[in-house]
Amino acid sequence: MNRIELTRNSFIKNALKSRYPQLAVFIVMLVGYIFAILAGLIGTPVGSQNFSIVFVWIAWWAILILIAVPFFGRGWCAVCPIPLPGEWLQRGAVLSPPDKRPKWLNLRVPKMFRNIWLQNISFLLLALFSSVLLTTPNITGIVLVAMLFAAIGLSIVFERRAFCRYLCPVGGFIGLYSQTAPIELRIKDKQVCVTCEGKPCYNGSQVGYGCPWDVFPGGMTKNTFCGLCMECIRTCPHDNIAINLRPFSADLAKPTARLDEAFKAFIMFGAAMIYPGVLLGPWGTLKDAAYNVGTGTWFIYAAVFLAIIFIVLPGIFTLGIMTTKGRQSLKQRFMSLSTALIPLGLMFWVAFSLSFVLTNASYILAALSDPLGLGWNLFGTANAAWQPMLTTILAPAQTLALVVGLVWSARTAQKVNEAGTSTIPVIIYCFVATSIMLWLLL
Amino acid sequence: MKRPELISRILIITGILLAVGAPLFLWARTPLIHARMAEDGGWNPDVIQAEAGKPLHLKLTSDDVVHGFAVGQMDMQSVDVIPGKVTDITLTFDKPGIYTFYCTRWCGINHWRMRGTIEVSGSPSDPEPAIVPLYVSLDLDIDAPHDSPVIPIEKPSAISGQQFASNLPIDQSTDYYRSNAPYQVFDELTNASLTEQQSWDVVAYLWQSNTTPESLANGKELYAQNCAACHGENGAGDGVFADDLAEAGEASMQTMEGAMNMVMQNPVDFTDPRRMLGASPALLQGKILRGGMGTGMPMWGVIFTEEQIWDLIAYIYSFQFEYDK
Repeated sequence: MNRIELTRNSFIKNALKSRYPQLAVFIVMLVGYIFAILAGLIGTPVGSQNFSIVFVWIAWWAILILIAVPFFGRGWCAVCPIPLPGEWLQRGAVLSPPDKRPKWLNLRVPKMFRNIWLQNISFLLLALFSSVLLTTPNITGIVLVAMLFAAIGLSIVFERRAFCRYLCPVGGFIGLYSQTAPIELRIKDKQVCVTCEGKPCYNGSQVGYGCPWDVFPGGMTKNTFCGLCMECIRTCPHDNIAINLRPFSADLAKPTARLDEAFKAFIMFGAAMIYPGVLLGPWGTLKDAAYNVGTGTWFIYAAVFLAIIFIVLPGIFTLGIMTTKGRQSLKQRFMSLSTALIPLGLMFWVAFSLSFVLTNASYILAALSDPLGLGWNLFGTANAAWQPMLTTILAPAQTLALVVGLVWSARTAQKVNEAGTSTIPVIIYCFVATSIMLWLLL
Repeated sequence: MKRPELISRILIITGILLAVGAPLFLWARTPLIHARMAEDGGWNPDVIQAEAGKPLHLKLTSDDVVHGFAVGQMDMQSVDVIPGKVTDITLTFDKPGIYTFYCTRWCGINHWRMRGTIEVSGSPSDPEPAIVPLYVSLDLDIDAPHDSPVIPIEKPSAISGQQFASNLPIDQSTDYYRSNAPYQVFDELTNASLTEQQSWDVVAYLWQSNTTPESLANGKELYAQNCAACHGENGAGDGVFADDLAEAGEASMQTMEGAMNMVMQNPVDFTDPRRMLGASPALLQGKILRGGMGTGMPMWGVIFTEEQIWDLIAYIYSFQFEYDK
């Protein structure tokens, strides 16, 4: 497959090798993150006017799901401020080379947690509280603080970025969908890695740290767990690490072979189908049930939410693939064919996000000028009226996203499927799900 | 420690301190008065200090829905308090005392509970004697039943009553009008050679002659802003909150801290002639001034001036009488 090595460009390569540009971005992001926490905790409780809600759930989400994930994969992880304080504490330094002796416990994460089930759970926890989380600034502030301190705590106890790799609710699905992105970090020549002494990309050296994501670049075939932190570009003594432009969804040719990742696909696929009904649909009872956390109706909502994701969607999918025969076991085919849901799931999220991002984007102007709701008018836009944007292209854009997703998934199903087995049930499954999404969104 | 490491640490710590310190500092320096629906706490703070003669600058914001802000017994235009936005207002109080500020938007069934006080200090330059309300000086029991034993068949007409009134020796003074219920005046007319309907028409005329079109217009405006939410635009006790109040009942009264075991009553129907023709203006003054004491009817004595209350009463009787347009 054709690839263009971006790191051949000396400007790009130097910019990635140097720590300073990244550090500058880190400081800006960290300051913004802490400001979002403060805004959530002390700013106006009116979500649409509070920086934390507007910048996290509208601006950041729009950038993440519409740009960063589809085009840059784990590009967000490369600049995410959440792990930084913990990582700096863990290393005892910001820029200096690591000490030989670890400063903290530096434990290895127990094997039973070395998967993405915890990320599946943390995402679902946020998803079940999302109606409150997305609209209540102080809850958003508390969640942002909790994530920051969870990352610090895990950095002190465990080695590397345990939070990012195993717990971050966002990192889980970014990893899943980063497989579709047209960008990758890969080694140039496998033989160089085989003969490389000390493997500094994984173990660290005097010029940089061992992979914070606990990945050995030499064996990497997918984007899923590479956080694009660029540390291996700095540590590789053989200049054997490249950032490549590649065709979309290159990683999906290699099907999923893990149950936690297969279920991640279903969790994201299901949540993307439930949210339009809850957040955009006309059903007041459903909205109330999702919003009134802790009440009887909320527990029913939570139970239905989880049942759709863990029983209904995988159940129908399994019944569909049971009608076909293959050499692989049903479990293997389930995991393998779930890969087909990845591009469609991403497009579901794109289509759904277009709705609320374009509807609410005008709040960004007001929140920029008066982020805490204290009556400021920093940029003269504090009184900008709420105005849905690009309403005429919304429905066509959503339809296009869904159709592209459906075709993309059908092609993926054919690629990952073993020879001679029909992919028709998976394609029908995707078609029905796409039709439901069209009905919910349009 | 190498220089780049030191500089980066200083930059990071400075950034974090700025990100935490600047918002906190600016937030602490911007005291806001938060408006929330009464169930969620009403005004916060609900007691504000001020000095007579000195401008009081207030920054108001709403934490939930649109509210309004006005100070009772003060000649001011109410301002809207918008969710997440800040409304600036400057007030100057001429005299010391305790003023009541209140919500002017129908924000929920407990809208009328959204009140607070402004304590204005200063030495009173010209102490004013307390004015005893008429209902107190008449020693009226404003909670006693006051139904009229008789009611007219048709709505009494002031225009029709005018032609009969001129030949009758009736007292048209304000004191007489305010102290008597329409039914009492009707009763005094039994000796006159009038039909029952004609007598009621005379009563209507007497009530009209004790008000002015300006007073009625003012009363109508006050009614629309403050009373119609419960009592209804047409006075029938069917305002937008009436059903909610009946439904909320006791539970609604229990939502407030310190509420006693009270049951919300349905708003009074001002189109009911038995009730209204048995009530004197003084009695209605008492009910408006003091409120319904546990019925859900708020006390308006701290909000309306005496003149406003009489205007309001004049307008409320227009639900019973046909006045000259």
